[in-house]
Amino acid sequence: MRTRESTFWTWHLLAGLIILVVLGIHMSIMHLSKLLGTGGQPNDVVEWTLVKMRSIDFAFALMYVVLLGAALYHGLYGLRTIILELTLSERAEKVVSAFIVFVGFVLFIVGGYGTIAFYVLNGPVR
Amino acid sequence: MMQESKFLQNKLGLMGWISGGRYGIERYAYTLHRLTGLAILAYFLLHIFVTTSRLLGQSVWETVMGFLKSPVFKYGEFLVYLAFAYHALNGVRLVLTELGFFLGVPKQPLYPYTHSVRRQRPLLILVMAAAAVIVLLGGYDFLGLAGK
Repeated sequence: MRTRESTFWTWHLLAGLIILVVLGIHMSIMHLSKLLGTGGQPNDVVEWTLVKMRSIDFAFALMYVVLLGAALYHGLYGLRTIILELTLSERAEKVVSAFIVFVGFVLFIVGGYGTIAFYVLNGPVR
Repeated sequence: MMQESKFLQNKLGLMGWISGGRYGIERYAYTLHRLTGLAILAYFLLHIFVTTSRLLGQSVWETVMGFLKSPVFKYGEFLVYLAFAYHALNGVRLVLTELGFFLGVPKQPLYPYTHSVRRQRPLLILVMAAAAVIVLLGGYDFLGLAGK
């Protein structure tokens, strides 16, 4: 029988697959830049002009928001699973779950605002 | 009764992470998967705030990046890359086995017994080899050999 928890678990797996693709692209750009030539000149991927160039590109901005959401869900659900495996009381489980959901939303708003605001303020729509 | 059985489910607690017991190498892969997951999560939470600092402008961004260029953070970031390579590839194995792949077809337990853990072990070796290749490529890039 499909329960709420098994649905959350399925989302955890799906989020993992999304991260595999999106973070794979991100890691290739950030850590294989010299090998793949994705760093540009002066070949420093965190140099301001390159950071700005990526941040105002719609595909990158979208990728960052998708990665943020998927990684927060996957990571925080994993953390919740580890904590709940310590066999807490039912009340403590509810407190932990509520706290993790709250932290997830706050971080999504912070990270999402950073990405979208930068895109809007500096991107082609301006 | 339900409450009692619940508390018996994890009587080893964190000790179950340290000792693989009769479960073999997959148990240590599980422990490492959790540890790398927690490490990546800790890094990611900081990463959100670091990358959001670009909103404050070029000078703030360059100050933050200058601070993060110290060897401790540089090598630390490579450790995160190692953790990512392991966690991602081992995660692929976990998803495949979760969906029933590489476990073989259920059959009568006839002596000499085989079990599903052994049947999926070639997959573990394969994904670890792939993770090693990704780590080597990243190390090549990290050491600056690719730019020479």
